[in-house]
Amino acid sequence: MSDVRFTKDHEWVRIEGDTATVGISEYAQEQLGDVVFVELPTVGADVEAGGDAAVVESVKAASEVYAPIGGTIVEVNEDLEATPGLVNESAEDAGWFWRMEISDADELEELMTTADYKAFLEGLD
Amino acid sequence: MRYLPHTAEDRRAMLQVIGVDAVDDLFVDVPRVAVLDDLVDLPNHRGELAVDRALTAIAAKNTPAGSVPFFVGAGAYRHHVPAAVDHLIQRSEFLTAYTPYQPEISQGTLQVLFEFQTQVALLTGMEVANASMYDGATACAEAVLMANRVTRRRRTVLSGGLHPQYRSVVETQSKFLDGEIVAGAPDPQGDENLADLIDDDTACVVAQNPTFFGHLHDLRDLAAACHAKGALLVVAVAETVSLGAVTPPGAMGADIVVAEGQSLGNALNFGGPYLGLFAAREKFVRQMPGRLCGETVDIEGRRGYVLTLSTREQHIRREKATSNICTNSGLCSLAFTIHLSLLGEDGFKHLAELNHAGACETAETLAGIPGVEVLNGTFFNEFTVRLPKPAAEVVDTLATQGVLAGVPVSRLLPDAGLDDLLLVATTETTEADDITALGRALEGVLS
Amino acid sequence: MSARSQAHSAGRGVDNDAPETMTTHSGHRGLQMEEPLIFEMGSTGRTGVDLPPVPEVASKLGGLARQGEIGLPALSEPQVVRHYVRVSQKNYAIDAGLYPLGSCTMKHNPRLNEKVARLPGFSDVHPLQPQSTVQGALEVIDTVAHWLITLTGLPGVAMSPAAGAHGELTGMMAIRAAHEARGDARKRILVPDSAHGTNPATAVLCGYQVDPVPSLANGRIDLEALKAKLDDDVAAIMLTNPNTCGLFEDQIIEVAEAIHAVGAYFYCDGANFNAIVGKVRPGDLGIDVMHLNLHKTFSTPHGGGGPGSGPVVMSAELTPFAPLPYVVKGADGLRLVETEADQAAAGDGGQAYGRMRSFHGQMGMFVRALAFMMSHGADGLRLVAEDSVLNANYVLARLKDVMTPAYRGPCMHEVLFDDSFLKDTGVTTLDFSKAMIDEGFHPMTVYFPLIVHGAMLTEPTESESKESMDVFIDTLRGLAADAKAGDTARFIGAPYLAPRRRLDETQAARKPRLRWTPEAPAEAAE
Repeated sequence: MSDVRFTKDHEWVRIEGDTATVGISEYAQEQLGDVVFVELPTVGADVEAGGDAAVVESVKAASEVYAPIGGTIVEVNEDLEATPGLVNESAEDAGWFWRMEISDADELEELMTTADYKAFLEGLD
Repeated sequence: MRYLPHTAEDRRAMLQVIGVDAVDDLFVDVPRVAVLDDLVDLPNHRGELAVDRALTAIAAKNTPAGSVPFFVGAGAYRHHVPAAVDHLIQRSEFLTAYTPYQPEISQGTLQVLFEFQTQVALLTGMEVANASMYDGATACAEAVLMANRVTRRRRTVLSGGLHPQYRSVVETQSKFLDGEIVAGAPDPQGDENLADLIDDDTACVVAQNPTFFGHLHDLRDLAAACHAKGALLVVAVAETVSLGAVTPPGAMGADIVVAEGQSLGNALNFGGPYLGLFAAREKFVRQMPGRLCGETVDIEGRRGYVLTLSTREQHIRREKATSNICTNSGLCSLAFTIHLSLLGEDGFKHLAELNHAGACETAETLAGIPGVEVLNGTFFNEFTVRLPKPAAEVVDTLATQGVLAGVPVSRLLPDAGLDDLLLVATTETTEADDITALGRALEGVLS
Repeated sequence: MSARSQAHSAGRGVDNDAPETMTTHSGHRGLQMEEPLIFEMGSTGRTGVDLPPVPEVASKLGGLARQGEIGLPALSEPQVVRHYVRVSQKNYAIDAGLYPLGSCTMKHNPRLNEKVARLPGFSDVHPLQPQSTVQGALEVIDTVAHWLITLTGLPGVAMSPAAGAHGELTGMMAIRAAHEARGDARKRILVPDSAHGTNPATAVLCGYQVDPVPSLANGRIDLEALKAKLDDDVAAIMLTNPNTCGLFEDQIIEVAEAIHAVGAYFYCDGANFNAIVGKVRPGDLGIDVMHLNLHKTFSTPHGGGGPGSGPVVMSAELTPFAPLPYVVKGADGLRLVETEADQAAAGDGGQAYGRMRSFHGQMGMFVRALAFMMSHGADGLRLVAEDSVLNANYVLARLKDVMTPAYRGPCMHEVLFDDSFLKDTGVTTLDFSKAMIDEGFHPMTVYFPLIVHGAMLTEPTESESKESMDVFIDTLRGLAADAKAGDTARFIGAPYLAPRRRLDETQAARKPRLRWTPEAPAEAAE
C-alpha cells in the first residue's frame, strides 16, 4: 500500500519509492467546481516545497497548485489537457497532475496523513 | 434640471423614509472639513440649446477634414462610413448597455463580439481574435507583454518601420518591467534588416506592414528567422483597409497581429476613441489579454454566447492577470463590424483597391513636381516624399491655403534628421480635384 | 422543465399559459427573433455599398496582393440593418430600465452629448492636422481639464488614458517615475482586500509587489493594520473612495497623513467619484493622484463595454511626470506638447515618463463629458452627488427589513447587501439575481466586493425617479419573500423569460469556440 499525504492547501502526494505523484484533493475539486483548464509544469523542471508548480482553473476561479515537497518533475498527466474534467471525476486518482523525483524525503514529515487531513477538513467547516 | 427626476417633494418624502432631516445627514462619514459649503467655481447649469450653441461654436474653430483637400494619415485614416452604421450604433440597446456580465440579457452585445472576433481573424489571417483593445498602439504593447509570457523571454526587437507612437507606448509599458527593448533606427527607405538583431533571448520582433513610411514587406523570411530562434513575430497594421488588398500577416507567418481598426466604422474624432485589434495563433489563446467571447449553449440547448476564459483577467486573477485591462472598445468594435458587414467580401476588397489606386495617382502627381522625390517602391494608400524644404513649414503654409497636405515626419520624429520628409495618405474620400489641388499648391510653395 | 411549469403556475396563477410544447414554425417568439450569425446569412453577389469603379493604375503592392477569399458574407443594406436591429433587441439597456450595477454607475446618457460629438468640427478632425486648424479640439481638452481640476482640487491632469484601468496605470507610473527621480527605489503597493481587481494587476505592471491590507468589520480599511505595514519600502497605497462597499472611508485624512509620513503617495481609484462630485474635492482629503471614469460620473455611454475614458488628476509634485501629450497655452493659442523634444523646448520642467497610447486622448468622450458638465453646471453636479446618495439610501431604507445590508449606517451612492437573508432558503445570490431578470431588471453587481459573502452591490444612480425605484424595491421585496417562503423553483431555473436561459460556461471554457468557422473548413490562405 502506498503512502498518501496531504497539505493545508489541499494537494495530495502519493509516495512510491523515490517518486511521488501529486494532485488536488477531493475537497479541493468540490470547492473549485467544474475544472476547465489545468496548466501543468514542464518535465525536467525543479520545484521547491511550497513553490508554484501548476494552475487549476474553473470558470470563475484560478488557483495555484503548490509542490508539497521539493524535487524534479518527471512526468505530467497529459490527459488533463484534453479532459480537465478528470480532476472533478477522479481527483485523487486519474486526475493526478504530475510525478516527481523526491529530493528530500524528510519534507514528507511536514505533511498530514489521511486521518490528519480528515480532521483538518472538519475543522474548516 | 432636465436629467434629474426628483421634485423637492420627492426628496422630502424619501428623506422621511430614510429617517433623516437633510441630505447632508447621509454624508456624515465624510470628514466635515472636506465638505464644501459653497458650489465649486464653475458655471451653473444650462439648457440644451445653450450647451448646443456653445459647443457648436467651439467646433467651428476646427477645420474638418471633409472641408478641404485632405491627405493626413500616419495611423488614422479618413474613410466614408455608411449612414446605417451610425444609426445602428446609437440604438439604445447597444449604446446604453454595459459589459455583458449577464449573458442571458446581453446576447446582442455578445453575438456582435463573436462576429467581430471572426471578422478580425479572417482579415488578419489568424486563428483567434479578442474582443478589442483601446487602440493599435496599446494592442501592440500588450502583444509584446504576451510574447514575453509565451516565450518566457524578455528581449524585444522593434522595427524602424514601426509607428513612432506605437514604439513609445511599447517602451513606456515595458519601462518598469525587467525587459530589454532594441529599436531599429527610423527606416524611411524601407530597407532595414532585422534578422541580425534576433538572438536566443529574443521574445519577439515587432514589424509594421505597411510600415510607418508606407513600404510593404514580404515578412515570410523574417517570420522564419524569428521561429528559428524560438521568437515570435508580432505584426502591426496601422491601416486595416490595407488587409483588403495586401497579403495578411497570418499568411506570412505572424504569431500575433495587432491593428488599428479605426478605419472601419469609426470617424477620425481627433484621435480617439479608436479600436485596437488583437489576433493570435490559437495555441496562445490562454496568454491573450482582453475580453474573449465564446460560443456555448443554454440549458435548453439553444446556441448562445458568453465572455469566456475569464480567469486570465484582472477581476479573477488580480495581480497574476495577463493584463490590467477591464474594458474593450465595445461601441467602436460594433461600428467596425457593421461597416465590414455592409462592405462584404467584394466591397471590402473594392474599397482597398480604390484606396490603392488613389494613392498611386497621388504619388504620380507629386513625383512630377520638380524637387519632390517619392521614396517608396511599394505602398498601399500612404507613401513618403522628400521635399526640398522642411516638411513642417510646407504643411503649415499649405494649411493657410486650405490644403491639408499630410504629416511631416518631424512631428512624430523630431530629432531623427528627417525634417524633409512628408507622409501623404489617400483614401476613397480623396477626389481627383483634391489631388490636383495638392499638386498645384505644393508646386507653388516649392517654386 | 418541471421547474418551468411550477414557476408558471406558482408565479402568476394564470391558467391560459401557452402549452409547454408551444413552438413556432419560424423559431421566433413574437417580437423575440432568433437571428443567425451574419456569416450564416451571406451569399455572393450582394453588396451593402456602391463604390465607384477603380481607376486603372500600375499596382505598387510589390507582389503582395492578397490572394483568395477572405470569407466575408455579402449582404444588402436592408439585410444588414435588420440583422443588427434584431441582434440589438437581445440586450438589456439603461434606456429600457433600471440598471443597478454597482460600481458601474449606469446613469442616463443624454442624447445631446451624442449630437455634439458628431459635429464635423469634432468628429471629422484628424489628430495630426496642423495645430492651427484644431484650436477648437484643443480647447475642448483644455476645458474638460479645467473642470476636472476644479472639481477634484488637484492641479494637474493627464487626459490621454483610454479607460479607468488605463488611468490607474498612468497614475501609478507617475508615482514610480517620481520615486525614481529621487533615486528612491520602493517595492511595495498597499491594496485593501476589497479593491477592484484592476488595482493589483496595475501595480504589477508597474513592477511593484502587492501587499494586501485587511478591512475592518465596518467595511473600512483597517488603519492600524495599514500603519503596521508602512515603511520606506512602500511606494503608494491604492484606495477606492467611496470604497467598493459603497462607504466613505471616514479615516481617509488619517490614512493620507500616515502614507505621506513615510514618503509614499496616495493613489485613489476614482471609480466612485459620482457620489461626491461637486461636494467633496479629493485634493482636500490628501489624495495625490486619482483617475476619473468619464463613462461613470460624466455619462459617456458604456456602449456594451467601452470605449471608456480615464483622465488622471495629480498633485503639483506628480504633474511633471505625467505622460505625453498635454495641452499648453502659448502666444499663438493652445499647443500640444507631444514629444520629448517638444517638452524640452517648452521648458516647463516636465519629465514625462513616456506615452500611454497613440494620439491625444478620447476626444469623442471629452466632448460628451463636457456637454454633461455644462448641462449640469456646478449646481447640478452637486445635486448629482446628493441624489445618487439619496437614492441608494432610499433603497437601503426600504429593503433593510427583508434583505441584509452588509454594513450599518448610511451608504454613499450604492448599497451593499450580503446573502444572509437567503440563508437556508436554497437560493444563492446568483439565483436571486437571475430571478431579477425575469422581473425585467438587470441584476446588481454580484459577488463583488470579495470580502462580503454573496455580495449584491446595488447602485440606482441619480437618474432614477422615486416611482421607478419603488417598482424595483417592491419587486425585490417580493422576491425576498418568495425565497423565504420556499418558492425556490422561480430562482433555481431562472431566468425563464429572457432571450436565453442560463448558459453553459463550463463548456465555453473547456472547449473554447471563439469564432465562426464554415461547416467544411476552407483551405488556409497560405
